[in-house]
Amino acid sequence: MTSGGIRRSIKASVAFALAMLCGVVQAAPHPWQMNMERGASTWSSVPYSLNNIALGVCVVIGALVFGAMFVSIFRFRKSRGAVAEKWSHNTTVEVIWITIPVLILATLAYMASGGLVSWSDTTGSQMTVKVTGYQWKWRYDYVEYMGKPLEKVGFMSKLDTQSDETRQLGSGMNPYAVKEGDESTYLLNVDNPLVIPVDTKVRFVITSGDVIHSWWVPAMGWKLDAVPGIINAAWTNMTKIGTYRGQCAELCGQDHGFMPIVVVVKSKADFAKWLAAQEAANAEPAEDAPVATASDTAAVPPAVAVLAKGAR
Amino acid sequence: MSYAATTDQHDEHHGAPKNFFQRWCMSTNHKDIGSLYLIFALTMLFVGGSFAMLIRAELFKPGMQLMQPYFFNELTSMHGLIMIFGAIMPAFVGLGNWMIPLMIGAPDMALPRMNNLSFWILPFAFILLLSSMFLPGGGPAGGWTMYPPLSLQSESLPYAVFAIHLMGISSIMGAINIIATILNMRAPGMDLMKMPIFVWSWLITAFLLIAVMPVLAGAVTMLLTDKYFGTNFFNPGGGGDPILYQHIFWFFGHPEVYIMILPAFGIVSEIIPTFARKPIFGYKAMVFSIACIAFLSFIVWAHHMFAVGLPIGADMFFMYATMLIAVPTGVKVFNWVATMWGSSMTFETPMLFAIAFVVLFSIGGFSGLMMALVPADFQYHDTYFIVAHFHYVLVTGALFAILGAAYLWMPKWTGHMYSEFWGKVHFWNSLIWVNVLFFPQHFLGLAGMPRRIPDYNVAFANFNMISSIGGFLFGATQLIFLGVLIHCVFFSRKKATDRVWEGAKGLEWTVPSPAPFHTFTIPPLVVGNELAHGHMGD
Repeated sequence: MTSGGIRRSIKASVAFALAMLCGVVQAAPHPWQMNMERGASTWSSVPYSLNNIALGVCVVIGALVFGAMFVSIFRFRKSRGAVAEKWSHNTTVEVIWITIPVLILATLAYMASGGLVSWSDTTGSQMTVKVTGYQWKWRYDYVEYMGKPLEKVGFMSKLDTQSDETRQLGSGMNPYAVKEGDESTYLLNVDNPLVIPVDTKVRFVITSGDVIHSWWVPAMGWKLDAVPGIINAAWTNMTKIGTYRGQCAELCGQDHGFMPIVVVVKSKADFAKWLAAQEAANAEPAEDAPVATASDTAAVPPAVAVLAKGAR
Repeated sequence: MSYAATTDQHDEHHGAPKNFFQRWCMSTNHKDIGSLYLIFALTMLFVGGSFAMLIRAELFKPGMQLMQPYFFNELTSMHGLIMIFGAIMPAFVGLGNWMIPLMIGAPDMALPRMNNLSFWILPFAFILLLSSMFLPGGGPAGGWTMYPPLSLQSESLPYAVFAIHLMGISSIMGAINIIATILNMRAPGMDLMKMPIFVWSWLITAFLLIAVMPVLAGAVTMLLTDKYFGTNFFNPGGGGDPILYQHIFWFFGHPEVYIMILPAFGIVSEIIPTFARKPIFGYKAMVFSIACIAFLSFIVWAHHMFAVGLPIGADMFFMYATMLIAVPTGVKVFNWVATMWGSSMTFETPMLFAIAFVVLFSIGGFSGLMMALVPADFQYHDTYFIVAHFHYVLVTGALFAILGAAYLWMPKWTGHMYSEFWGKVHFWNSLIWVNVLFFPQHFLGLAGMPRRIPDYNVAFANFNMISSIGGFLFGATQLIFLGVLIHCVFFSRKKATDRVWEGAKGLEWTVPSPAPFHTFTIPPLVVGNELAHGHMGD
């Protein structure tokens, strides 16, 4: 199993590397994935490199400390005739092993602070999307694009039918059979994905209509809770065209595991076309145009009933 | 100094009551109550463990095979509540009850009747909590953290809240008792800075308990009034704030994390010098670092909340404060290693668990440091990376220390030696399978698997299956411990000596094995080198 596993993991990582090299990516978890993904936004390399650096630091410290421990386990055993010494104090080494960690921590803290400051800056966005969590689906409302307010574009986004049928208890259906193209999309696909343009700073305003959810697309490098009564803001600027998958990351009730997030990043031209089609479809009076408007839009209460005053 | 020299052996007029009900239900004896706590904790470990087995069975492969998602959420919530409040905490209280009076030369706990009450509340609290799973609507399913508004949707909320109130009362009474005992009942000459580190760790833990259990009680009471009495603490529709609950909860929750690990530090600081036959390195630094960690635990709570959308200033403060904890924790780990350096070690089961603790707890600490970095935590938060982290800290940390303590003191409790062979079988199986169980969960989290989900994409299938196999075998391995325990109590023919371990130091090893029903009715004479490890000339 191990050698097969290694072979498969090499295959998988080669496939993944190839996918990363091509312009269009399918950013979804892959089998035997062992580390965080670099992501596909201008910011997403921050958590990725912090993760790698911090892991490296931990591995080095661990190797030294556990190394010293294993050396003492082998050298200072009674069965090898070791005699216990009597010392129990050494100020010099104690000062050293307080000082060095402090310096390492200060370096890590400095790097993390820089990343945090850049993440918090939502100014200068060219597009705003409002994300609302519901039990157990997401709603996306397009608020503005390139300074132009949008009113008619908004839809619900919920688990795709194939995944939903397969995931029922005793369905007898095979999760491996749920595919889009050659990508396994079980529980990671939706009926209406969020569509955004590439190379555009998109601001998300995130809230909830019932309980707390968390909106997470790993390729963007962050997650942010959707809290009723509070509007949280975050941004992304995707650098590659493709389809990016994520999931709700805050326990929100029985179907918490079944409310994925799919973000389709299109070229600016394709996005403009898509947006125009959406606006046209929704502008038709009375008739429900079933382009992207999910059937249950009407049944949904207003996004947030009451906004707490002074919400952050 | 020997026990016989300081006390008469006339235990027959005031030995243990013969009547079962009188002996166990009306007990005011710290040893019997300690045993009750430990038996209760072990029972709860198996109850919570069986929930974990069901969770791992459902996660064995993609697709829903065994249960509805809501029941899965009940299992994860109850697993957390039972393991934290039912297994780990009572186990430490049990160890404290048994050992603190023996270690400081006190005849019993300071408040023996309250001791009885604080134990006997617990079974009722957990029966109440568990019974909610059989009621219409099911048990609590909003996670052990019970975040509103989700937790307010559950009809069993009042059961969970009342159970938590009871557990809190029990913990607070236990903590008061331990503080009163340590501060008032030390034998003459047992200065604070001569106490064994286990006693120090419990003294500090007890203050943490008194400080934060009322905060938890307050938070869950606010949930109760929000649901049934029309208040709006956490309801944005009435001007409240759901995030307020998280701040209050984690103000309790983070010190709670250290409540579950500081006594483990104390235990490991007893075991390593015993089997290394060398005084503990840096006794004062060990005590000071425990106090330091305890203080810092009050100012780091929002690192559990980096993803809720805190202001950037708060993110930064809590990041720096959290990273600071690595310094005193590092001091402890370095000191344990320095204790081993230049020593003369043997590797009986307690020592094996202590060594595994040092390595695996450190791995949990490392992932904790990674999570302190806010931008990285935006990815880690609420994934299996977190699950791996806190199970490394609580299973290979707290639980391994408790198992080590059980092996260390079992001969003192029972008067018999446990089977070293089966102890080692238990240890090596635990060590291997616990890593098979939890290490792949790091990968799952990094690859993007959220926690608390009953089903997952097929990309996560491989590591989940490995993790489940490790889980089943780790669970089965704990039955070996049960066997070792039963054998030691009822069937072992190998008598334990008073000192039990060659390198054992401290007052508890001066009383006979098994420890008589009453000990130190006359305060012992404390002689420097008889004491625990490492206060001499330090």
